[in-house]
Amino acid sequence: MRLLIGGGRVIDPGQGIDAKLDVLIEDGRIAEVGHKLPVPRDCQVYEAQGRIVAPGLIDMHTHLREPGREDQETISSGTRAAVWGGFTSVVCMPNTQPPNDNQAVTKFILEQARTEGACHVFPVGCITKGQQGEELAEMGELAASGVVGFSDDGRSVANAELLRRAMEYAAMLDLPIISHCQDAHLGHQGVMHEGLISTKLGLPGMPSAAEEIIVARDIRLAELTGARLHIAHVSAAGSVDLIRQAKFRLADITAEVTPHHFTLTDEAVYSFDTNTKVNPPLRSKDDLEAILTGLEDETLGVIATDHAPHTLAEKEREFTLAPFGMVGLETALPLALQLVSKDLLTLPGVIARLTINPARILDLPHKGTLAVGSDADVTIINPEKKVIVDPGSFKSKGRNTPFGGWELQGAAEAVVVSGKLINLQ
Amino acid sequence: MYLHSKHFLDIETLPPEDIVLVLSTARSMKEISARKIKKVPTLRGKTIINLFYEPSTRTRTSFEMAGKRLSADVVNISASTSSVAKGECLKDTAMNLQAMNPDILVIRHSSPGAAHYLARILDCSVINAGDGAHEHPTQAMLDLMTIEEHKGAIAGRNVVIVGDITHSRVARSNIWALGKMGAEVTVVGPKTLMPPRIKELGVEVSYRLEDVIPKADVLMILRIQLERHRQGFFPSLREYAKLFGVNRRRLEGAKPDVLIMHPGPINRGVELEPEVADGPYSVILDQVTNGLAVRMALMYLLLGGGSADRL
Repeated sequence: MRLLIGGGRVIDPGQGIDAKLDVLIEDGRIAEVGHKLPVPRDCQVYEAQGRIVAPGLIDMHTHLREPGREDQETISSGTRAAVWGGFTSVVCMPNTQPPNDNQAVTKFILEQARTEGACHVFPVGCITKGQQGEELAEMGELAASGVVGFSDDGRSVANAELLRRAMEYAAMLDLPIISHCQDAHLGHQGVMHEGLISTKLGLPGMPSAAEEIIVARDIRLAELTGARLHIAHVSAAGSVDLIRQAKFRLADITAEVTPHHFTLTDEAVYSFDTNTKVNPPLRSKDDLEAILTGLEDETLGVIATDHAPHTLAEKEREFTLAPFGMVGLETALPLALQLVSKDLLTLPGVIARLTINPARILDLPHKGTLAVGSDADVTIINPEKKVIVDPGSFKSKGRNTPFGGWELQGAAEAVVVSGKLINLQ
Repeated sequence: MYLHSKHFLDIETLPPEDIVLVLSTARSMKEISARKIKKVPTLRGKTIINLFYEPSTRTRTSFEMAGKRLSADVVNISASTSSVAKGECLKDTAMNLQAMNPDILVIRHSSPGAAHYLARILDCSVINAGDGAHEHPTQAMLDLMTIEEHKGAIAGRNVVIVGDITHSRVARSNIWALGKMGAEVTVVGPKTLMPPRIKELGVEVSYRLEDVIPKADVLMILRIQLERHRQGFFPSLREYAKLFGVNRRRLEGAKPDVLIMHPGPINRGVELEPEVADGPYSVILDQVTNGLAVRMALMYLLLGGGSADRL
């Protein structure tokens, strides 16, 4: 099976390529990238003139909800949402029911992904048993079963001694710790960013300090233990500063930001739209500015969705009672491309944050690049395509997005997963 | 003159001319409750539902009586004795009530935005009777009416709001309402119960009651919830009363004609000394009387009435 993607603008930040080139795929691998490649026999051709040909996008922060909450999302629906959003790999967080804290769950997820999945799935394992923050999960066995990192996402490991041991163990296994940074007590009743808007709305707030304190703590612990630390979904200006300073000292701190945190502020909560209720919360204009600066200088080297599907019934509730989270897989790419049209990032810059950077952090071999021999995962983007966000047409079971009706530009029109072309038009 | 919206949800976005219209209409309504026959046929054939998710004496009774004095049919539902207790969600409850075709739904709920949510999904008019710590707009209207009755124009008056500002919908609605009418507002209370950036709502902030009492034309004292000290907002009720309780000794420094207001229910001896609550400057029961007039006015205006001269 051969596939030639011809005449597109190939952007592969991992190799520093940005040129009009052809990409030849053979047997699920990138066989050749070059000028005007001859079309071999038995070869499917995809004309990509005017299109961007990028390594398959990787979302390193997704909630697929299976096992346990298949009413919210399944591995099948979530990976379809990913593909339709332009992603060829997703990294799924362990807060399933039961949580992915043992090899049986990991193996189940990988098996479901193999049989039902539309793209590659890389599970993250729990740091602690049941995400309870009390005892370490069997991290060695999880690693052997195929997890690509450890996280108690949704909460922090409150006990610093326990997290220190987890980091040491993760360092031994050469896997990263992914930290959801939030103090267990400070602002624990909060439902939105603590600031002027929470004061006006009378909603309990989550101060930025609740995130920053734990970012600072986890960085110190990573320096103490030599662990690779990745800070999930950074939302506060102070966190960006702490990460930037840490990067000057230490190479192994990385961080991600979600499209909603680089697009929206707490002003969006004014509507009491429960789809704006996320954890960490949408923060102030100042935080947004700091996040954009952090994206520019690569303090925040990854764009990840924190795709968190919920049922309509769960979100059609009083604001204080609705669960946290919004879906993101099917809006992430056009929102990220806005950073280009706003002159905040270059196109290769955006693509790096969605491909090679997460691949390096998670050490995903043969992913995130179009280097010869890499896995044939490709995302073909039409940068001109006008998109009106229509949650009703999402492949995800979740419709919980505040971006419904937004007019955006740029979307994936086809992806290649392991050499297989999926036309999205 | 008519109201700009078919709902009455918050003061923050309410145009000042609507405040003026409600107040002037309420003045005409007040007279009805003083008549021998306290009932007019204005809203005959209209249905009003009071949907209360929180306990309430004053507000619920006030809305009920307001509807009845205007001859509307009024139905009261409290969460504890309805299908809410069986787990029915707010949306289903509201949609089922709407199916019976009411004209106004009055909602009291502990979650900010609950009234706004219902206004979005229902066809009838929605009145916010208090949504968590967000707003209590009819309370602010009755407070304005009471101040006006005793002090004349509100513009330029110094109003001091005392107590738990963070958790108070009464404080928020009054800050907006008094600001729109040109009053100077000061909030005073422990820093632990002062929400961040409250100054940006156009108020002065103080943490010492005795500093701000002398300038006050009105002291609006908020209820302090008894469980707050267990949540660590202050060390004890005793210390709260000592630092922020309004008592006769503190009032020695006040203007001779200062008004004492409280939205109720009062924790006597905590935020307010009983002698002050029942004393000569207290207009606390006037507030209750005016609450009825304000709610009558609002129901009349929301159901299409204009400036009311003859009722």
